[in-house]
This record gives sequence, C-alpha cells and structure tokens, in this order.
Amino acid sequence: MAGSTVKSAYYRGIANGAPFIVVLVPFAMLFGVLATEAGLPVLVTMGFSTFVIAGAAQFAALQLMIDNAPVAVVLATALAVNLRMAMYSAALVPHLGAAPLWQRLLVSYLNFDQSYATSIAEYEARGGMSVAEKVAYFLGVASPLAPCWYAFTFVGAALGTTLPDWLAIDFAVPITFLAVLSPMLKSPAHIAAAVVSVGVALSLSWMPAGSGLLLSAAAAMAAGAAVEIWTERLTA
Amino acid sequence: MSYGTGALWAIVGLLAAGTFLIRFSFLGLIGARPMPPWLLRLLRYTPVAVIPGMVAPLVLYPAATGGAPDPARLIAAAATLAVGIWTRSAIMAIGAGAATLFAMLALL
Repeated sequence: MAGSTVKSAYYRGIANGAPFIVVLVPFAMLFGVLATEAGLPVLVTMGFSTFVIAGAAQFAALQLMIDNAPVAVVLATALAVNLRMAMYSAALVPHLGAAPLWQRLLVSYLNFDQSYATSIAEYEARGGMSVAEKVAYFLGVASPLAPCWYAFTFVGAALGTTLPDWLAIDFAVPITFLAVLSPMLKSPAHIAAAVVSVGVALSLSWMPAGSGLLLSAAAAMAAGAAVEIWTERLTA
Repeated sequence: MSYGTGALWAIVGLLAAGTFLIRFSFLGLIGARPMPPWLLRLLRYTPVAVIPGMVAPLVLYPAATGGAPDPARLIAAAATLAVGIWTRSAIMAIGAGAATLFAMLALL
C-alpha cells in the first residue's frame, strides 16, 4: 500500500506545481530572448537554464556579462542572489534529511523558489507524511516546471533578435527584477536593506564593473539584520 | 559582451556548481546541525540586498537612451514596484510595468 500513497503524493505534487507554469514560461522566454540579444550562443544559454536552473541568478549573471564584468564578479554576484537557497536547504532537513543520497541530490538540483515553498507548505499542512511521500511530492511539484524552464528558454533563444525595437526589450530586465523584488519588501528590515543597497550601489558606481555592487550587498545585508534586531527589541 | 568560449563555459560551469552546492549544503553535507542565528539573519536579506543595487542604475541611466534618465522608463519602474508591493504578485507587477512602459512610450 506504501507504493500507492507515494504515487498519489507525486501526482498531488504535479497538480500543485502545474499552476506555476504560467509564471515560468514568460520568465524562461525572456531569459532566452535577452541572452541571444546579448550575443550568447544558444548552447551556453541552454547551459544556464539546465545546469544553473535559477531564474534571478541567471538574469543577474547575464546583466553583469553585458557590462563585461570580470568572471569572478559575475560569479560572486549571481551566487549571492542564490544564497537564500541555503535557507531552503536547511529548512528541508527535518523533512527529507533521512532520504537516500540520490534522492537528496535530485531534490537539491530541483530546489527553487516554487518547489520549495509549495512543498514546505504541504509538509506543514498535512501531518504524517512519510519521507518517501515527501520526496515524491517535492519531485511532483518540480516535474512540470523544470522541463518548461528548459523548453521555453530555448523558444526565447530561438526568437532572439527577431523582436522589433518598439517592444523596448531592454527594459525587461529591470521590470522583471523589480517585479520579483517588490513582493519581498514585507518588513521595515527588508525595506531598509533595499534602500541601503540602492544608495551604496549608486555612490560606488565609479568602481570597476560589479565590485561596488558586492560592497553594497554586504552593507545592505548588515542593515537588514541590524533593523531586524532593533525592531525585535522594540516589540519585545 | 567580450568573453571567449572558455570563459563563457567557465561561468556556466562554476555558477552551476556553486548553486548546486548552496542547494545541497544542509540537505546533503551539513545535515541537521542548527545554523547560527546571526547567519540566518544575514541570509534572510540576500535577495533584497543584491537586486535593488543592480536595478537602480538600469532604471536611472538606461542604455537605450545612452544613459540619460527617461521619464517613460522611470514611471514604468515605479508602477512595477507599486503593483508588486500591493498585489504581492510578480506576474501582476510585470504586466503593470510593461503596460505602463508602452503607454508612456506612446504618449511621451
């Protein structure tokens, strides 16, 4: 009977993950289009979406590559965008830490915002799931999403430079980033971090490509943490 | 952009490896040991610390106008931010930003 509950957890994951296709398809196409416009070979663009498989970090790396930033700065910035996934990884340990290694490898590769958030909500809402069911559910959520990410990156890359100028595709990156960012501005600490990030980045824009951004990110993280400690004291 | 083929694949390879190690960190390597609270506190702010600093110059000095501030793009950016904060939906925010940008480019 264990097999059938695992299978139904997998199908439930697919059903709960599928709605995110609507969000992923335009993001994936946009990445493909912009990468081709920037001059990336299709194979490299597909390398990003299949091996890195992390939207915001891919856009960040692309933006710095358009600015011809040194390789180390491209990597440091894009990896900084992905550091939040260390939290996701830690939060999954109580649920999936006992799963076999190959399953933990697979879950780690597929651990992105939507698969993480959907799965952790399910684990907490539905008590008594076995480790096998939890793994199956997680992989179910990711199953419709990862192939969409690959496929529509390719569609975008193939469309590439055929888009007309009036589409103002240059502004798609800032709009995409602002759209991803704005729902995260949910506390005074988050807002403080964002304001410090903008202020320091603009005042250090004379520094070599991307290096002022790393300093501004460090200052902003410290500002966010400081405001969090301060607001906790106020409410305590 | 002026990277050789080797540099391009180095970026893809190292970014893929680094991202995977971040994702695998606790689940695979560190296990159930608790993270120090100060580290959790800093990690919470990584996206809001990196993205605004990257976006600000793109919004204020767009390459499409040769780096001159452009009212249409500024208004579109403000609309994206406002709708994103209001609806908490990235897709609604993108729709509002794109619609505002096209309307402003047509009007101004």
